[in-house]
Amino acid sequence: MRGIILSALALMVVSGATLRADERSDARDQVDFGIEVAQRGLWKEAIYRWERAIELDPTYAEAWNNLAIGFERAGRLGEALEAYENALDLEPNNLTIEQNYDLFLEVNDRVSQ
Amino acid sequence: MSANNLVSIGFVALLVSCSSIYDVTIETPITPKLDISKFQRVLIAGFVSGGTDDVDANQETARLLRSQLRRNSDLQVIDSDVLPLLGIAADQGGGSKADSTPQQNGPVDVGARVTEANDDLSDTSDRMTEEELETYETIFANIGFWRDLGEEYQEPLILTGTVYFSPHSRSGMVTREREVYDSFGRRRTVPVRTYRDRRGFVLSPKFIFIDGATGTTVYTERHREEILYDVSQNTPALSSYFELMDRLLPSVLGAFSTQSVRGTRTLLR
Repeated sequence: MRGIILSALALMVVSGATLRADERSDARDQVDFGIEVAQRGLWKEAIYRWERAIELDPTYAEAWNNLAIGFERAGRLGEALEAYENALDLEPNNLTIEQNYDLFLEVNDRVSQ
Repeated sequence: MSANNLVSIGFVALLVSCSSIYDVTIETPITPKLDISKFQRVLIAGFVSGGTDDVDANQETARLLRSQLRRNSDLQVIDSDVLPLLGIAADQGGGSKADSTPQQNGPVDVGARVTEANDDLSDTSDRMTEEELETYETIFANIGFWRDLGEEYQEPLILTGTVYFSPHSRSGMVTREREVYDSFGRRRTVPVRTYRDRRGFVLSPKFIFIDGATGTTVYTERHREEILYDVSQNTPALSSYFELMDRLLPSVLGAFSTQSVRGTRTLLR
């Protein structure tokens, strides 16, 4: 009996991990597609894709970073600030996100002057 | 092709395909600070200016703003003579010689004021301090004067203000790069801190936006910029003036029209 319970628990852990991996994988597909269309200038579509990625995996810092850039380009500075902050909360030591954030703050400060 | 070369090429190709960083250039639109939807025209009236007589800050500021607005704004820029506002303000009782009686907000004969002010435009502005210039700001509270001016030009948005442009000097430690050569004759630069006397200019403008229909101030923006050069460098005052104005123009134009800021960001996988 004990063996069955342990097996069931192990199965749950494995299936949970697989589910999370699937979500990250789907989110990653969305992020990749977003990058591809952004590079072609289709930023509205890119924003939609990165939003989808975050719905699938809200802990995906890179998706938050990209979404922040998309918002920044669209002039939605309040939302960009929030997205950058989320990205940095998830990955405080990511130098690329930090650099994007610093550049964004320069623009944002100019606007709020 | 050797096996080693093939491995190297394969490795580079793998690195490129695994790259997870994508630099993109973006232009961030910045919405205007002012709601100018009710205005079709803008009048750059003139500025109360002072500091140095090397640059006519009133004329130059008006000229620069007009040309920038023609290029960067949908508003029609009115062509008119630049008002000698310092003289007009002095006539209205502004300035250090002003008495303490409050400004009247009644109607003013703008044409007559301009003629009189032109007549007695001596070198009042030369070597005037920033504080002295501020005492002339009472003119911006004279609603009647601005309403009359607005009426004359079919109630445009009026841009006016004060411009203080003056020589400035400062001494202190500065970091400079010095060339040194090592024992192999290779050149490199090292930072060296030295005490220097530096001279330059300070530009301190205050831009005031007035509703030509009511004569009231709708928006005010103040800036302060300075530039310093080595004492051996002889930079003309006018060049410094334009260099300093260049720094703050985006902000001033941002009050009227959508500006965009170009920059590079990095997308991540």
